[in-house]
Amino acid sequence: MSEQLTFTYTIDGNDFTRAGEASSSVKNKLKMLGVGSDAIRKVAIAMYEGEINMVIHADGGVITVSVSDNDITMVLADKGPGIPDISKAMQEGYSTAREEVRSLGFGAGMGLPNMKRFTDEMHIDTELGKGTTITMKVHL
Amino acid sequence: MTIREMQRVLNAQFLYGEELADLDVQFVFSADMMSDVLAYGSKCSVLITGLCNPQVVRTAEMLDIVCIIFVRGKMPDENMLALARSKSIAVLATEHYMFTSCGILYENGLRGGA
Ligand SMILES: Nc1ncnc2c1ncn2[C@@H]1O[C@H](COP(=O)(O)OP(=O)(O)OP(=O)(O)O)[C@@H](O)[C@H]1O
Ligand SMILES: [Mg+2]
Repeated sequence: MSEQLTFTYTIDGNDFTRAGEASSSVKNKLKMLGVGSDAIRKVAIAMYEGEINMVIHADGGVITVSVSDNDITMVLADKGPGIPDISKAMQEGYSTAREEVRSLGFGAGMGLPNMKRFTDEMHIDTELGKGTTITMKVHL
Repeated sequence: MTIREMQRVLNAQFLYGEELADLDVQFVFSADMMSDVLAYGSKCSVLITGLCNPQVVRTAEMLDIVCIIFVRGKMPDENMLALARSKSIAVLATEHYMFTSCGILYENGLRGGA
């Protein structure tokens, strides 16, 4: 691969059932590009957690994934409520998810820590009432 | 232990993937919270859960899990089975509760992952 490849997905905030389709598509594309399975798993886990967060906390958003020779970059941008306290949100077990979300198997407060654990770089840019943009990189 | 052996000792129903029955599995993770599975189950090939919605299959897909075992008589719907089929993930369902299911598999030599 010499040129950079970019994939863009619009995530529907009202359809929990379909959450994960974008991550699934990226997983398939990376497989076809011949990316190593460890890197694919890291990208899949981190992006899936981010995609679920977009649906349960931010009413959807847009995910852009770019693949270059050296890394895979995921940018998850939403126009949700924003995150008031990032360091709190990054703690394992911290969650504001409603009971309904918990009964669906999410809301353990593990998503953001997982995203950090499975990526090599992660940056959160957030503004209350405006939205959140999370950028993550997995090195190849 | 193969998927077929797990099916036998758990008295489980094969909902999808008889053709995967001879796959050998080593590490198992059990949870109802999918974020816990994503955090701790990344080396596992089997997921045991009492949660029953499409995100269970999605979570399994992200981790390259080859077999999902639904406990407590939980039955995935046609949508979930179609998703599992498209990802070649075997699906078993047992009436046993989570603790009993894990106990039976452990007794038969399966161990946890991580
Ligand atoms: N995109 C977002 N917009 C607004 N708030 C967010 C967003 N992502 C995360 N948060 C906030 O950060 C908290 C922690 O997120 P995290 O993903 O770690 O846990 P969770 O989504 O609540 O549970 P889990 O990920 O285990 O299912 C959330 O409960 C929510 O308050
Ligand atoms: Mg989350």
